[in-house]
Amino acid sequence: MQQKKKNRFRDTCLTIIVIVLLGCFLHYAQNHFNGYAIQIINLVAVNAILALSMNIIYGFTGMFSLGQAGFMAIGAYVSALCVLTPEQKEMMWILDEIIWPFSTIHTSFFVSVVAGGLITAFISLLIALPVLRLGGDYLGIATLGFAEIIRVVITNATPITNGALGIKGIPLHANMWWNYGWLLFTLYFMIVLLRSNFGNVFKAIRDDEVAAKVMGINTFKYRVISFCIGAFFAGVGGALMGNLITTIDPKMFNFLLTFNILMIVVAGGLGSLTGSILGSVIITVLLEWLRIVEEPMTILNFEIPGIPGMRMVIFAVALLVIILFRREGLMGMREFSWDSVIGFLSRPFNRNKNADTGKEQA
Amino acid sequence: MTPAKHKNLLELRDVTIRFGGVTAVRNLSMDIPKDSIVGLIGPNGAGKTTVFNLITGFYRPNEGFIRFRDRDITGLPPHRICGKGISRTFQNIRLFANESALENIMIGCHVRRKSAWWMMPLLIPSCVREEKNIRETAWKLLATMGLEQYANVPAVSLPYGAQRRLEIARALATEPSLLLLDEPAAGMNPQESTELMDFIRHIRREYELTILLIEHDMKVVMGVCEHLWVLEYGQCIASGTPDEIQKNPKVIEAYLGEEVFDA
Ligand SMILES: Nc1ncnc2c1ncn2[C@@H]1O[C@H](COP(=O)(O)OP(=O)(O)OP(=O)(O)O)[C@@H](O)[C@H]1O
Ligand SMILES: [Mg+2]
Repeated sequence: MQQKKKNRFRDTCLTIIVIVLLGCFLHYAQNHFNGYAIQIINLVAVNAILALSMNIIYGFTGMFSLGQAGFMAIGAYVSALCVLTPEQKEMMWILDEIIWPFSTIHTSFFVSVVAGGLITAFISLLIALPVLRLGGDYLGIATLGFAEIIRVVITNATPITNGALGIKGIPLHANMWWNYGWLLFTLYFMIVLLRSNFGNVFKAIRDDEVAAKVMGINTFKYRVISFCIGAFFAGVGGALMGNLITTIDPKMFNFLLTFNILMIVVAGGLGSLTGSILGSVIITVLLEWLRIVEEPMTILNFEIPGIPGMRMVIFAVALLVIILFRREGLMGMREFSWDSVIGFLSRPFNRNKNADTGKEQA
Repeated sequence: MTPAKHKNLLELRDVTIRFGGVTAVRNLSMDIPKDSIVGLIGPNGAGKTTVFNLITGFYRPNEGFIRFRDRDITGLPPHRICGKGISRTFQNIRLFANESALENIMIGCHVRRKSAWWMMPLLIPSCVREEKNIRETAWKLLATMGLEQYANVPAVSLPYGAQRRLEIARALATEPSLLLLDEPAAGMNPQESTELMDFIRHIRREYELTILLIEHDMKVVMGVCEHLWVLEYGQCIASGTPDEIQKNPKVIEAYLGEEVFDA
């Protein structure tokens, strides 16, 4: 018991140190890195939030949902409508005049992100009630359909969303502090919830729904809860994304966006929060780095023309390879823990100790 | 309320269920007295597991009703029935494969939990305390089942016997008053079955249970049950004490050639 308490104290200290170090790094990056690098660092945070939001639905509760892009779209639009000033909105809506109350709303950035999350969660609840009665592949198809419906509605609800023209000139509120602040909040929420017995309940539904019912779990209720939590954070991620890129339009929220997040989650490990974080770092950086392959190059005097979309082909192949050869992804269902890190780092010392005792015996 | 009625924990009245053309259970009536250990036997495909599925709410009977503690529970969803105090194990073990033994039991504790999920991230004290209590209860149950060494091992990696015990432990975690065991001795050698009989009697006393079990191992059935029902093609062909059942010509005919009663 004493040992346990000591360990918890040690873990808390180490975690705080890591957060402080992260803060120092961000501060340094803000002042010394160029705009492009900062953009990538920001994207890592937003993608991590999106990956975590998908992981709770798919990885932890076992619901194959492909609605992520739709949820992001709702979050992004709600947030954009909230942060723009009434004058900006009046100027921008040229096809149709923007209707009340959207014409007059004007909130702070933080409120707009929370509103984006909450409204997304509410709409996901309306989707969940009919759709979550389905299982397996049907759920994937149905949620994919709903994401597409959301996109079509946004395209056509011109008096609210400015239709296909999209919304431009969203102020760049989502700086590194906001993005990483939200990421820390998301992580805290997920870790506390999923490590508790409620997390076990989600995993029980994933592993064996029939047995979960016998254990007295209202599986439908907990599926809905997991789906809505995921949708909330997808909405938050979408809101941050909109405020980071500063331009949104319905075309942006197509299936490719969901695919990117799915890839991060699968590569990192379904059912591992650590995996989602690592996955978003690796894949976000790779996606940017791979832009090279889309540019014209000269290799040994051969001119290769740039092929747009080439990096997505490479990523699709990469996903295939992961599924074929390492289905559990980077982390499987394992999680990061200070115990394992310390165990790993102190291994050389322990080995020496063992060698010593061996000698004594001899 | 007559005292006789009060004595029965579970009552099935003329329960019938059909799957397409097959009548899996026909006009079955059972009265299970409180604190008893009773058995349901019959040849393969007789409809025994279907009776469990009816009691636990996975199937709704086409005719008849089921009463538990003098309340009608016919057609309630499985999780509500568990909440009322009925738990079960499965013929082919169904543990939560990726979860550790400890987590499997903790999941069983969930049904008695009072706090809601959103209290957890807010660290509401009552919720955190409940979380701690669940963990302690699960550890205690692990210890009584002799499964402590597997606490952090995923359920799939446990040896067969331990998996069977863990499934019972998980069922007990829901704090049932009626426990349904579907072939608990399947795959056990004679010595293990004898231990199982002691174990069943022990948990009945320890947790004040009423137990209904399905079993093919006649030594276990005759040794531990106080009353038996025999199913054949979905119909109850006999019921009575183990002695009466062994002498019943209809039962002997149903089991003809199997020589199960020799042991
Ligand atoms: N969901 C279902 N749909 C169709 N038929 C079913 C269904 N469930 C059970 N049955 C049929 O009901 C009959 C009884 O099956 P059940 O599993 O209850 O037998 P059992 O007595 O448990 O047999 P065993 O000793 O082999 O476990 C079988 O003929 C089976 O095919
Ligand atoms: Mg059976």
